[in-house]
Amino acid sequence: MSVIVDISSATKSFMGVKVLDSIDLKISSGERIAMLGPNGAGKTTLARSILGFYHLESGSITVAGHDPIRERVAVLEKVAFIPQLPPPVKLTLDELLDFVQKSSGVARNRIESFARKMELDIDAHANKPFFKLSGGMKQKMLIAIALARRSALFIFDEPTASLDPKARKLFYDLLSSLDYDYSAIYITHRLEELEGLINRKIYMELGRVVSDEKI
Amino acid sequence: MGNLLLIAYLDIKESLRSKWFYVYTFVFGGLMGLFFISGITDSVVMGFTGLSRLLLIFMQVTIVILPIFILITTVKSISADRESNILEYMLSFPISLRDYYWGKFLGRFATVFLPVMMALIIGIAWGLYKGGEIPWGMVTLYSLLIFSICTVFLGISFFISTLVKSHDIALGLSFTVWIVLLAFIDVALIGLMMQNRVSDQLIITLAMLNPLETFRIGAITLFDPELTVIGPVAYYLLDTLGHGFLMLYAILYPVVLGALFTLLGYTLFRKKDIL
Repeated sequence: MSVIVDISSATKSFMGVKVLDSIDLKISSGERIAMLGPNGAGKTTLARSILGFYHLESGSITVAGHDPIRERVAVLEKVAFIPQLPPPVKLTLDELLDFVQKSSGVARNRIESFARKMELDIDAHANKPFFKLSGGMKQKMLIAIALARRSALFIFDEPTASLDPKARKLFYDLLSSLDYDYSAIYITHRLEELEGLINRKIYMELGRVVSDEKI
Repeated sequence: MGNLLLIAYLDIKESLRSKWFYVYTFVFGGLMGLFFISGITDSVVMGFTGLSRLLLIFMQVTIVILPIFILITTVKSISADRESNILEYMLSFPISLRDYYWGKFLGRFATVFLPVMMALIIGIAWGLYKGGEIPWGMVTLYSLLIFSICTVFLGISFFISTLVKSHDIALGLSFTVWIVLLAFIDVALIGLMMQNRVSDQLIITLAMLNPLETFRIGAITLFDPELTVIGPVAYYLLDTLGHGFLMLYAILYPVVLGALFTLLGYTLFRKKDIL
């Protein structure tokens, strides 16, 4: 199995507080990880560092051999991300689809197909600004976009926080039906929901990986 | 280039739906309308009447409201997106920081520059309708000056927007910049002169560094070649540097300053944590 994410001695502080404390982690292709830990453990910071949003103080991160800061486009071509809370993007759904299509080369009908499977009718809301949709609809849209990108690595930060039980089930069913060998990091507090979807469990605390086990 | 234009295009579309854009367009369009109704084109001041007079008044009002409009509407372009996690999501797609930053700049430039230019064009059309002739020299100079002032204040806004993480602090900083620059046009400079505590050279340098002062000088030189209406510093600059150089400086200096601030903002955007 090839290594998709290679994190070596990654350290990051905010205002003198170490949020990532010398983290070493390798994620191979096909590994689907539940990232667990209390608030402030460093889970989101680690995810954001993989996405190239933070400059590490020391250590390194590579994604498929690329540096997320210096080669961010090459990295982000391989990663799809769903944030914890849907951002109040002011673009209409139509414009957002246009943005995704042109920036990531994803066919619009692929996104629409995933949206339909999530029971979201994009056409009915195409001219509505994204931020005016309900919380659940926004999250469904973000899920449809992420899955349509067919990325080598998914980073999902509490992806089901705004979804009702039915929509959660649809999301997990969709993930199970993906027909290729993707890797995933699920940042979550609800381990029980990910049963059957994950094959590795990492627990973080105070910026450190305190347990790492294969399932 | 494709992604840069995509970001610019989406930013323009987003701006066209924003309330600030309607207020902005209404203010400049409304000003022109107000000038027509109040009959400025028929009044005579210092021997100037008709379209020239209208354009002069327009530029005088522009100097007060355009910079603050640009600052408060643009300073949030990156800082507010960062605060609301829009940046986190939009930059999780394979877009380079260069394309995102310069695309935003290009889009925002179009949305602040074009309404003011439209108001200027409406003014010219009205002047022609009233039977005047187009003062081409003046129209060209004013278009260049508006371009310059938009560039410098957009540059400052983008710099603040990338420097500061909080939207509120960015807004406060932009107000401070505007007030300081406004204070250091001739009125405050005369105050400094009268106190005799600082050298004349410093006062002249302050005037030359202030893009609002250079804009004022550039806008009024055509009307009042002696610059007697705006104070002794402007008069001194005219006398020392000459008319041609002063005009060139009034157009080029804000563009260079704006480009420097924009580049500095871009460097910060690349070198600092994005979130």
